[in-house]
Amino acid sequence: MKAVITVLGKDNVGILAKVSNACASKNINILEVTQSVLQDLFAMIMLVEFERETTPSFDVLSADFDKLGEEIGTKIHIMHEDIFNSMHKI
Amino acid sequence: MLETKDILETINMIDNEHLDVRTVTMGISLLDCIDSDIDKACDKVYDKICRYAADLVPTAEGISKEYGIPIINKRIAVTPIAMLAAACPNSKIIKFAHTLDRAADTLGVNFIGGYSALVHKGFAAGDYALIESIPEALAETSHVCSFVNIGSTKAGINMDAVKMMGPIVLKAAELTKDNNCAGASKLVIFCNAPEDNPFMAGAFHGVGEADCVINVGVSGPGVVRAALSKLDNKEDLTAVADMVKKTAFKITRMGQLVAQEASKRLCVPFGIVDLSLAPTPAVGDSVAHILEEMGLEICGCHGTTAALALLNDAVKKGGVMASSHVGGLSGAFIPVSEDAGMIAAAEKGAIDITKLEAMTAVCSVGLDMIVVPGTTAPEVISAIIADEAAIGMINTKTTAVRLIPAVGRKDDECLDFGGLFGYAPIMKLRSGSPEVFINRGGRIPAPIQALKN
Repeated sequence: MKAVITVLGKDNVGILAKVSNACASKNINILEVTQSVLQDLFAMIMLVEFERETTPSFDVLSADFDKLGEEIGTKIHIMHEDIFNSMHKI
Repeated sequence: MLETKDILETINMIDNEHLDVRTVTMGISLLDCIDSDIDKACDKVYDKICRYAADLVPTAEGISKEYGIPIINKRIAVTPIAMLAAACPNSKIIKFAHTLDRAADTLGVNFIGGYSALVHKGFAAGDYALIESIPEALAETSHVCSFVNIGSTKAGINMDAVKMMGPIVLKAAELTKDNNCAGASKLVIFCNAPEDNPFMAGAFHGVGEADCVINVGVSGPGVVRAALSKLDNKEDLTAVADMVKKTAFKITRMGQLVAQEASKRLCVPFGIVDLSLAPTPAVGDSVAHILEEMGLEICGCHGTTAALALLNDAVKKGGVMASSHVGGLSGAFIPVSEDAGMIAAAEKGAIDITKLEAMTAVCSVGLDMIVVPGTTAPEVISAIIADEAAIGMINTKTTAVRLIPAVGRKDDECLDFGGLFGYAPIMKLRSGSPEVFINRGGRIPAPIQALKN
């Protein structure tokens, strides 16, 4: 299954490292990363892939990423990629 | 590949503009629960609802987490209970309301709709008893919602039912006067009630529906307002309509995705997506503010009806291509107490009952969540219902009346329902008595528009 992780907030050292680390520990494979820093605002988008069997459920994932987001001063969302496909593609 | 700006737009809509799925509503037919023994019928009703909807709440919550979309309400709509009541005369019909409430409690759903009767052409067995029990049913339960359909374009208006509903609305408020007259907020009187509406208080499962279906109601006034705020004031109204259409398309696609996923996971057929703009009292989630964003100083000023007509039509046009099946009410709602902009306009006296009535001719529902004086005469409430039903009947559209008489309150007070129901000041009504007209009863014949065959 593919999902999109977005990280939004104030730029800081090690955001990419910490988020990638969290992904690795949950058996989440990162397919693509784009990131931009506009003045102080950091925006990173990751397209990731994982198996339902080997990765925790969305319930656990979103709670864990919420916690990590708080620790590094950003807001992290993890959402199934279909939500974006359905809203923005015909 | 997904575009960065599209992803950020979706996240912003959810985080800052109150984008949500307002309701996932499971419609369940109770026709196979009919029994001449009311206790047996109630047992069958409870068992069937609890069996079919056992996974409704956890499934909706799972989808909400996975897609990152808030799903605000999980609801159930059932066959109008008057049809079940017809089989058990001389019984305490209210037992059905308690059964529905118990099932809602067990399942953890927010509301259960269908304690209702369809009497647009006349009363059948069970209809009288059910309507008479509505005030007690709403006072004694917490999740049950009720409606009565008193007119249709095909049948005309049943004025005997209209006459009956004035006192019923007052009694529903009276019995709950210690709780902000909340009983009346769970009762709506329809003309042309849609059989697949997922929104309360008027949700029910029509007799032409499958045994069980999933209907989804989307929302998103905040998203539409935010999109319009990016338009320059010099852009013309065609540009405004185009912007509304594009936004409605995106909102509806999200609803369609949730509906399909819920249908797949629950193994229940997908019914419809209702493309409505349903406001909440939260700041930034108001339909009135969309109208003001178009260029009105305040909702209710001259030009409001035209702006609402544009909005309502553009929402439908944008949404209809985004979903394989569209139904329900589908349009802009204008409830007074549930919309921050409407509340402000009502408090300032910018909007009154006559302007609201005009607006209902071009919006998707009707006079909704309006607090009226508790001393209003029953025939005046009946007359308001008749006026609104006439607009629906002639224009071949759904209209509804949900008035809350503020029993025991002074005219300068307001009623505060809390949560999604919001609050509203008491709105003045027009003077003059319609008593003789209402007491005539009978039927207003179906209009010439009905003769299409």
